[in-house]
Amino acid sequence: MTIYILRRLAFLVLSLFLASAILFVLLRLLPGDPANALLSVGATEEQVQAARASIGSDRPAVEQFVTWLGEMATLNLGTSFISGLPVGPEIAARLVVTVPLTLLSFGLAVIVAVPVGFLAAYRANRWYGAALSAVSQLGIAVPIFWVGVLLISRFALNLRLLPAGGFPQNDWAEPGEALRSLTLPVITIAFVMSSSLVRYVRSATLDVLGSDYLRTSRSLGASFPSAMWHHGVRNASVPVVAILGIELATTFLGAVVVESVFALPGLGSMLLVAIAQHDYPNIQGILLTSTFVVLIIGFVADLVSRLIDPRLRGAPRAPRAAVSR
Amino acid sequence: MNTRSSTLIALALTAALALTSCSSAESPADETGSDATINIGSVYEPQNLDNTGGGGQGVTEALNGNVYEGLFRLTDDGEVENLLAADYQVSDDGLTYTFTLQDGVTFHSGAALTAADVKYSIEKVTAEDSQSARKSNFGVVSSIDASDPTTVVVTLSTKSISFIYNLSYVWIMNAAATDRKTTEDGTGPYTLDTWKRGSTLSLNRFDDYWGTAAANGRVVFYYYTDATALNNALLTNQIDVVTSEQSPDALTQFDNNDAYTINDGQSTTKLLLAFNDRVAPFDNVLVRKAVTSAIDNAKLLSSVWGDYGTLTGSMVPPTDPWYEDLTAVNPYDVDLATQQLSEAGYADGFAFTLDTPNYDPHPAAAEFIKGELAKVNIDVTINVITADEWYTKVYQSQDFSATLQEHVNDRDVVFYGNPDFYWGYDNPAVTALIDESELSDTAAEQTEKLKAANQQIVADAASDWLYLYPQIVVASTSITGYPVNGLNSQFYAYDIVKSN
Repeated sequence: MTIYILRRLAFLVLSLFLASAILFVLLRLLPGDPANALLSVGATEEQVQAARASIGSDRPAVEQFVTWLGEMATLNLGTSFISGLPVGPEIAARLVVTVPLTLLSFGLAVIVAVPVGFLAAYRANRWYGAALSAVSQLGIAVPIFWVGVLLISRFALNLRLLPAGGFPQNDWAEPGEALRSLTLPVITIAFVMSSSLVRYVRSATLDVLGSDYLRTSRSLGASFPSAMWHHGVRNASVPVVAILGIELATTFLGAVVVESVFALPGLGSMLLVAIAQHDYPNIQGILLTSTFVVLIIGFVADLVSRLIDPRLRGAPRAPRAAVSR
Repeated sequence: MNTRSSTLIALALTAALALTSCSSAESPADETGSDATINIGSVYEPQNLDNTGGGGQGVTEALNGNVYEGLFRLTDDGEVENLLAADYQVSDDGLTYTFTLQDGVTFHSGAALTAADVKYSIEKVTAEDSQSARKSNFGVVSSIDASDPTTVVVTLSTKSISFIYNLSYVWIMNAAATDRKTTEDGTGPYTLDTWKRGSTLSLNRFDDYWGTAAANGRVVFYYYTDATALNNALLTNQIDVVTSEQSPDALTQFDNNDAYTINDGQSTTKLLLAFNDRVAPFDNVLVRKAVTSAIDNAKLLSSVWGDYGTLTGSMVPPTDPWYEDLTAVNPYDVDLATQQLSEAGYADGFAFTLDTPNYDPHPAAAEFIKGELAKVNIDVTINVITADEWYTKVYQSQDFSATLQEHVNDRDVVFYGNPDFYWGYDNPAVTALIDESELSDTAAEQTEKLKAANQQIVADAASDWLYLYPQIVVASTSITGYPVNGLNSQFYAYDIVKSN
């Protein structure tokens, strides 16, 4: 296991390096010059040159890449072309919004999706089982921004229960206020996310419910809850955990839409602005941070899967028969 | 059905959070009177805090006149009045300006304002690495003398009637200040409290302000990337005022609502169909006039802005002293356009590519123009480009036939006096008039010359000035004293009063 973790960590570092190189090249392929974002109509040629020199975009790309790699090695993500602020602290300030948003949404989605998905499978033949499936199908089809707009219109504009958008200027100094700001965005993401999760939980549960081992366990006298608990849950979890990892990563990356609808100062809205301004250091920093987070999530999801499913641990020459099938 | 289930989920979570949260749904600390906080909503977040270093229009909106002051102030009505300059004299030859500074002015750091700071601030705009859009206007400055701490003497190489006006957007900053992109040291009625990037920028009243103290205690600018989110914030009282609405669609929710005031103010932003006057077929005056007459600007304006906005028929907005309504010179008249085209030798029409920035309102305007010009056999190919590409391809390389672009500045008809400008309009008579106008002794003379120049520019149909944007400020009726015109994107907050 230790060797496995070390290997995965080495792979993680290598992935990050490759990702940074790809990012760097792709960004330079974009048309346009970041110096233009600093200037306005009426700028002279000398002003353009001065702007290029001030942000270093006049130097050869290779030189810029090496400089950037050197900075990264010292955990320094550089300085924004546009604002003149260091990128690292700026990203950290945005994570204060995006990370809680992602985790709360994820938590809520799991809390809702697991029982609902189980019920949809367990009572697939009853009307409410079918209804739950249908609702989840709808949830997958609905665009996320539309859910956000709908919730704003009902709970912020009509009922005035919650803020329509924004985040407290003092961040989490008053946790109640911060939570109120995140309530509607969290529900928005959780609704869409849980809709697809319900489908996975439902199909994983259906597989288990129809399995031979469950029937065998029942025939040996185990009650349904007991058979489900001892044999069903673990088996059903394996595919669900893999999906959870992907869903979590997708939510983190997809927060940009919800952040825009709810005017949240998160990583996604920072990325939108940075792209519009060709602010390479900010774009690289954000994408690299996102890549890192996604890799870490994948790593953790893998570890959890291995803990749940002994088959994945690849114990040397473990007889296949060890697993009930 | 999904709505219902989401409503149930939402209700459950709302209830849970309501228990953990002790404050009400209304915006916090709704104080009124002289210590009130004014919450301002905008889509223009500053890129940084330096207006000579690429801060963009957001930094002007938030800091101009509020945190930083110039020797002169451009009022919301377009008048120029003394600010940090208590008084000034101009020599008989019009080349030497002597400014006497206000007494008792201190920077927010506590340092006293001196002539050296003024010299430093002007030189910052004219410096080699300055990114100020107005840099070229100060090319006439030949020397600045600050040997007396309360007097600044500026010598010009030629007369410049706009010099005082130009000084109104030069921020006077402490020469000793260092990090101007993220901090400030100005003389204005507010100090910068915090700037939370991507979200808010707050200002606190400066207690040692030299002039009349601000009528409110604190100002917070809230920034939005989404216009709907911005209007929602106003509807839920998170903000008191929106500095400039981006489309008329949202206005219906504020119309006929006693809680809000919609102000239809004057803007200086023009939407242009700019021809490349250097190249065929747009090097031909008749072709430009024909295209101008073939497009129904009134219909375009109403499709974009409903009942708002103005047709001017020229580059000059009503807030410029040399404004006159010139819409009759190139009227909307398809028959006239057809006739002009055949006179110009294009009876069968022609084809051209229209470089169109990819953000509103350009793509919609391009489609409209394509439809209008099809009626006179002109075939338009719409080429959608980013703002960056526009800057490189059209503005720098001048590699285009025609383009759409918004021009935001006031008094910018003088761009037509520069034959090297991107649109390549070159009429020596106009260039001479514009150059001479700058050498005028009186404002009346300057106005007369620029009117003559503008008439010629319109007669030549140098560009097609499609329409002048409206400037729509929507505010809660609980506040008064806010600016409604927003010239050059400025937004003075110090007179805003909040009551109940």
